[in-house]
Amino acid sequence: MFAKLKKHRFLFEELVKRDFKKKYKRTILGMAWSMLSPLLMLLVMKVVFENFFGRTVNHYTTYLFCGLLTFNWFSESTNAGMRSLFGNASIFTKVNVPKYLFLLSVNIQVLINFALTFLVFLVFCAIDHVPFTWKFLCLLYPMVTLLVFNVGIGMILSALFVFFRDIDYLWTVALQLTMYGSAIFYTVDKFSPKTMMVFMANPVYRHIAYVREIVLAGTIPSLSTHLVLLAAASVALAVGAFMYKHYNTRFLYYV
Amino acid sequence: MTSSAPVAPILSCNDVSIRYRVGDFKNIGFKEWVTRRLTGRYKVVDFWADRNVSFELARGDMLGIIGANGAGKSTLLKAVTGIMEPTRGRIVRRGKVAALLELASGFDGDLTVKENAYLRGAMLGYTRAFMDETYPYIIDFSGLKDFEDRPFKQLSSGMKSRLAFAIASLVKPEILILDEVLSVGDGAFKAKSEAKMREIIKGGAATILVSHSLAQIRSMCNKVLWLDKGRQIVCSDDVGGVCDSYAAFLRSPAGTQPKFDPAELAAKRAAAKAEAERQAAERRRVEEERRRKAAAAAAELARLRAEAAKFAEVRRILKEGGR
Repeated sequence: MFAKLKKHRFLFEELVKRDFKKKYKRTILGMAWSMLSPLLMLLVMKVVFENFFGRTVNHYTTYLFCGLLTFNWFSESTNAGMRSLFGNASIFTKVNVPKYLFLLSVNIQVLINFALTFLVFLVFCAIDHVPFTWKFLCLLYPMVTLLVFNVGIGMILSALFVFFRDIDYLWTVALQLTMYGSAIFYTVDKFSPKTMMVFMANPVYRHIAYVREIVLAGTIPSLSTHLVLLAAASVALAVGAFMYKHYNTRFLYYV
Repeated sequence: MTSSAPVAPILSCNDVSIRYRVGDFKNIGFKEWVTRRLTGRYKVVDFWADRNVSFELARGDMLGIIGANGAGKSTLLKAVTGIMEPTRGRIVRRGKVAALLELASGFDGDLTVKENAYLRGAMLGYTRAFMDETYPYIIDFSGLKDFEDRPFKQLSSGMKSRLAFAIASLVKPEILILDEVLSVGDGAFKAKSEAKMREIIKGGAATILVSHSLAQIRSMCNKVLWLDKGRQIVCSDDVGGVCDSYAAFLRSPAGTQPKFDPAELAAKRAAAKAEAERQAAERRRVEEERRRKAAAAAAELARLRAEAAKFAEVRRILKEGGR
């Protein structure tokens, strides 16, 4: 795969460039929106929920931001990834190129957006008097696993999207569900053990919890948490890769 | 016509069939699919775009593919480039394939001409260094110097295909596939693009050309493949003959079965040749007659002149004698 990626490096670079240009086409603020839109969302949530949950949670703004940052990355990446294959139908029906290039290209773009938001996040942590420790370096781990998880889910969704467009609507609902099930603006300590199982089975929540533990509690999560993140990423990628391989030459019958 | 040299063909299609599925997900959607599955009314219809197509190409060969719309030409080309896999049969390629299919599509309207040029170059497998080097040439060839930084959607369709052609014509493939792209643009550009195309073909590539212009096929190809509704009518070296049969089929009333019958064609040709010979003989005979008459007339003239000279002599003698 890497040999192929090297061979198609020029095309990959051009695709990334194109995705960037198209994303910020005719916006006055351009890339500033990558930082502004999560901030605005943060503001809205803070205003709405601070009275309910803010009293019991220390550093509520940072707590909220941890959740939003992670969830937004997941949501943006999978949404853009879902359309990446179908949107490039005019290319892959004419030239023989590896089809995952399109998905990787949008993921690079979303990743850069995430990196910008993450910088803002660090600034907010400082304003909120969150102590910075060397343990912040551990945040790289969930970032890598979530990136792989996003790519895997993106592969599955983009393959399904080619076959039936209904997945677009279904995924909007699924994302909504994931958002409410990821404890972005509330805490999970008052739920029954049974409900906790649902949270624990949600990879997005697990990533958020990991980030919070490092940033707010200043402790490194357990080994099992690490393994769960790795497992979620591997399974998603394996299923996605299988679908791409299996349907590789059949996609073009459906576009 | 090239003789079939004993070298391995650079491209061989062996009994290739390609099937499309009709009536599954793509056409009926998710809801219908579920309900039909449940009620047991789910069935797929197979549509064969190509059936048992075989041909071979050697280096320097140029194959023309003819056939009405929907004959399966474009599908066959997609299989040759490897974008599609044949449902049955085998395609063996011994070299790099470059396909110029539907040139003007696949560009991005929001990007500028320059960005699109680079993206297209990347799609065709060029390197960045190569594009940096040849970009000035591309712009010059397509004549779009003044439009370099315009969004692509503002260009006219002729300009779009000119750019597409300029980029695509830089390929140096072993197998070149042209789908109705031989001549694009207005008169001046058309001449330029045809000249360029011939240059590429001369470069040693085996070429496949799909065209509705029989004149083009006749003048450029040394092999021709005739498809009709996915079936291979004939693949032959006899380009003129197949083109004649195809043209006759196009003129014939609807419902006529397309066919290429070498014996019938040979008979027709023999008749035409005999007729030509008869006409030539007739012309020769008329000419001979004319020449014979001319000679006779010349002889008569000479005789009359001699006579006149004799009379003149007699008159002179008489005049002298009377003095």
